[in-house]
Amino acid sequence: MKNKVKTNDVILQTVTNVVAFIIILFSLKLFFSGHYTPGGGFIGGLMTSGAIVLLLLAYDIKTVSSILPVDYKIVTAIGLFLSVATGAGALLFDVPFLTHAYDYFHLPLLGKTSLHTAVLFDTGVYLVVIGVTMTIIQTIGVSE
Amino acid sequence: MLHLIFQVTLLCVSLSMLGLIYRVIKGPTTPDRVVALDAIGINLIAIIALVSMMLDTYAFLEVILLLGILAFLGTVAFSKFLEKGEIIERERDH
Repeated sequence: MKNKVKTNDVILQTVTNVVAFIIILFSLKLFFSGHYTPGGGFIGGLMTSGAIVLLLLAYDIKTVSSILPVDYKIVTAIGLFLSVATGAGALLFDVPFLTHAYDYFHLPLLGKTSLHTAVLFDTGVYLVVIGVTMTIIQTIGVSE
Repeated sequence: MLHLIFQVTLLCVSLSMLGLIYRVIKGPTTPDRVVALDAIGINLIAIIALVSMMLDTYAFLEVILLLGILAFLGTVAFSKFLEKGEIIERERDH
């Protein structure tokens, strides 16, 4: 394992370019279908970080951080802020903390859609899961 | 009748998983074990599909795609570790 053979990962990289998009689409599908079918913010975030891990496997940390120039600790902070702000926003309407509300809206392209504030809370969970997972993986990966 | 067919198919898939577990335990080299674990993951997908047909539910269909993705990711990570000794490189070609 120590001898550094110059390898060519063209098959892995080509497959990754296609499959990473499919995994991200699947994770978004899992995230948005969480209210009525199995899924939700947690498993959607795990799948999105799975796609980023596949990119890390096929390329290296420097390339991936130039593709996705985000600091994952800030992603975690934004997610926590979204969840807390969704809960605290209920206090403005004289209802207990974390009370959610929903209503039906007529959107231009989608027609009659039910929009629920639990989606904002779930977005916070999604961002926190991505941030924590990628922070753990990158911290372990960088140290030598 | 259809239920009997499902049960017989589940038995066959379980037997093939037993054979793969034998290869995981006994396998002389590490690549044998990695390939056997990958095939166990695929057999698990088949079992989930059969069970979801027996229970007559759509609730497990996401799990099938999820296990496919996870088996692929795990196999790629193991292969990269076997080939290069490190899974995530800091910088390529140095």
